[in-house]
Amino acid sequence: MKIIVCIKQVPDTAEVRINPETNTLIRDGVPSIINPFDLHAIEAGLHLKSELGGTVTVLTMGPPQAEDALREAISMGADEAVLLTDRAFAGSDTLATAYTMSSAVRTIGFDIILCGKQAIDGDTAQVGPEMAEFLNIPHVAYVGKFEEINAGMLRVQRLMDEGYDVVETSVPVLLTVVKELNQPRLPSLKGKMKAKKSVIKKLTHPDIGTEEKNLGLAGSPTQVKNIFAPEAKKDRKVLTGTPGEQAAQLIEELKSLKCI
Amino acid sequence: MNYFLTEEQQMLRELTRQVAEEKIVPVRAALDEKEEFPHEIMKVLAQSDIFGIFIPEEYGGLGMGSLELCLAVEELSWACLGVSTTYAANALGTYPILLFGSEEQKEKYLPAIAAGKKLVAFALTEANAGSDAAGVQSTAVKDGDYYILNGTKQWITNGGEASIYTVIAITDRSKGPRGASAFIVDKGTPGFSFGKKEKKMGIRASITSELIFEECRIPKENILGREGMGFIVAMKTLDQSRVGVGAQGLGVAQGAVDEAIKFAKQRVQFGKPIISFQAIQHMLADMSTRVEASRALVYAVAKHIDSGAKDFSKVAAMAKVFATDTAMKVTTDAVQVMGGSGYMREYPVEKMMRDAKILQIYEGTNQIQRNVIGQALIKEAVSRENGS
Ligand SMILES: Cc1cc2nc3c(=O)[nH]c(=O)nc-3n(C[C@H](O)[C@H](O)[C@H](O)COP(=O)(O)OP(=O)(O)OC[C@H]3O[C@@H](n4cnc5c(N)ncnc54)[C@H](O)[C@@H]3O)c2cc1C
Ligand SMILES: Cc1cc2nc3c(=O)[nH]c(=O)nc-3n(C[C@H](O)[C@H](O)[C@H](O)COP(=O)(O)OP(=O)(O)OC[C@H]3O[C@@H](n4cnc5c(N)ncnc54)[C@H](O)[C@@H]3O)c2cc1C
Repeated sequence: MKIIVCIKQVPDTAEVRINPETNTLIRDGVPSIINPFDLHAIEAGLHLKSELGGTVTVLTMGPPQAEDALREAISMGADEAVLLTDRAFAGSDTLATAYTMSSAVRTIGFDIILCGKQAIDGDTAQVGPEMAEFLNIPHVAYVGKFEEINAGMLRVQRLMDEGYDVVETSVPVLLTVVKELNQPRLPSLKGKMKAKKSVIKKLTHPDIGTEEKNLGLAGSPTQVKNIFAPEAKKDRKVLTGTPGEQAAQLIEELKSLKCI
Repeated sequence: MNYFLTEEQQMLRELTRQVAEEKIVPVRAALDEKEEFPHEIMKVLAQSDIFGIFIPEEYGGLGMGSLELCLAVEELSWACLGVSTTYAANALGTYPILLFGSEEQKEKYLPAIAAGKKLVAFALTEANAGSDAAGVQSTAVKDGDYYILNGTKQWITNGGEASIYTVIAITDRSKGPRGASAFIVDKGTPGFSFGKKEKKMGIRASITSELIFEECRIPKENILGREGMGFIVAMKTLDQSRVGVGAQGLGVAQGAVDEAIKFAKQRVQFGKPIISFQAIQHMLADMSTRVEASRALVYAVAKHIDSGAKDFSKVAAMAKVFATDTAMKVTTDAVQVMGGSGYMREYPVEKMMRDAKILQIYEGTNQIQRNVIGQALIKEAVSRENGS
């Protein structure tokens, strides 16, 4: 089983400040850490490996100093690490990031891809699902529990605002994980020693067969107009009862709204 | 201060400090309050390879020495002496196997110990054998391929939780001190049970229990070394581990100083933070100075042991006495610096003070350590006179 964990190096603060003039993140002087959700993805990868066998490869796209994040993942038990780095990748939005990452994953080979739910700096929660689309494989976001783990099938709980869905998926698959899934382990001493000596594999634009026009700034259609916290919609109604009763209530509701 | 630690030693210190901060500090008060054994923390230590530090690489350990063990014990003790006692007693129980075990015994036991899958305990003390180990009354009588063990050990750290026990018993009373032997006893051996769990003043996350042997048959291969070597095994083991108790003292004292400074900066009386009063500064200065002196002595003795020194009883006793007397003094002073808050369970220093007391008592009381140092001084003086 080839397990790939995508990790992102982020500034060590839950409250990332934003430059109001440029609408970009202020990263200067803030120490870097592994995106907290991605620690849960690493733990999930190590757990899946212990159940299914195989290897755990951690992958990050970022500047050369993102190597630190990869070494930390190795000290937790990852088998190998790949750094995707190239000037051509600079300025990527989520689409370009997902395009580049998915091309790299295809080059490396994969069965299960794990991502964090979202990065605490960019916060979009888009990269995982977008990668799955590029790779044309199923994905399950917000995985909060593994119910069953088999080489060909995973049954997981997808955490929703209220309760959870149980989703069964074939493998290959991409999962994005939430904190409820597990408790990330601390590094081990042998892992730390291995991490120090490990050679981090580097992949660049020519190595992964990407097209220049889809990379970096050129491949990033997103334009930031404004940044704000959306208000949660509160005008909703939860129907309860047996499925039959709920269906009857739903028909009444729709009729009263003149939808049917 | 730069103690010239290697990169690996620094890594080890960093990792144990991370375990201490993230996994021990948040739960230490609750473990103390509930007198609860730290099962979860032991799992973390196992997963982080910290149980393997002092075990040779060929048995799955990291092949490190006394200094590295001291660094780990210091950091764990910085957070909680109950946890570090559990950890250190495991090392104490393992030394007899490391120092005197046969190849078969090492292969059988050390890998599981290094992986943290099996916990170990060391059982010497009995009702009539405290400082005077020669008072051991438990017996082991040879019967064909077995020894039959009878007797009761008291106040055994990890008793009941450990899977492996190294036990001292008398095989031939007529031979006096040369009549004791050391054995490995597996938990679950018929005739081996546990008596009462003690209620303690401090180190309440650690478990201290009675071991009861009633016609307990153990295979004769489980003897450590040869018949009659029991007290040698015990004394060499205690020599080896003693500096680790010093490291416990060092760790808890550092923890207390850190808490006292943090508090003194925040607490305002007479319109000023109390740390601005010279009386408080002088206490903190003396506390810190003593801690640093303990550290220098503990590390130096550990390095001396790691250099392959043969006879280190005296210096190991010095490190134990100095660092643990320091721990008692510094934790008591930390409570004083913090006033009424220091006395309250809401803050960690009252626990540190209760915990620190054990360090002056177990693994040979500090009076006994001074006896060891005194006797060594006499011996050295005599040999100097004879030499000249
Ligand atoms: C509108 C917009 C414009 C941006 N413009 C720029 C720009 O001009 N220049 C610039 O440098 N950045 C820019 N960024 C940031 C960059 O696009 C994102 O950091 C990146 O695409 C990841 O998105 P995210 O942080 O929202 O991650 P999310 O989608 O929230 O991350 C989800 C998961 O995907 C994985 N993942 C995400 N990123 C990586 C990665 N790099 N390596 C490995 N795994 C990863 C992780 O598992 C992570 O937990 C922009 C972001 C946005 C939203
Ligand atoms: C919490 C705890 C955990 C322990 N864990 C273990 C364990 O894992 N394994 C184990 O084998 N034992 C263990 N012990 C036992 C411990 O090592 C003994 O308590 C210790 O050696 C002292 O023996 P004692 O308590 O019988 O004191 P005693 O020997 O009765 O001493 C009482 C007092 O007399 C003093 N004294 C005695 N003889 C002399 C002398 N010759 N000169 C000067 N002063 C003297 C002592 O210093 C002390 O102050 C543990 C004890 C405790 C309390």
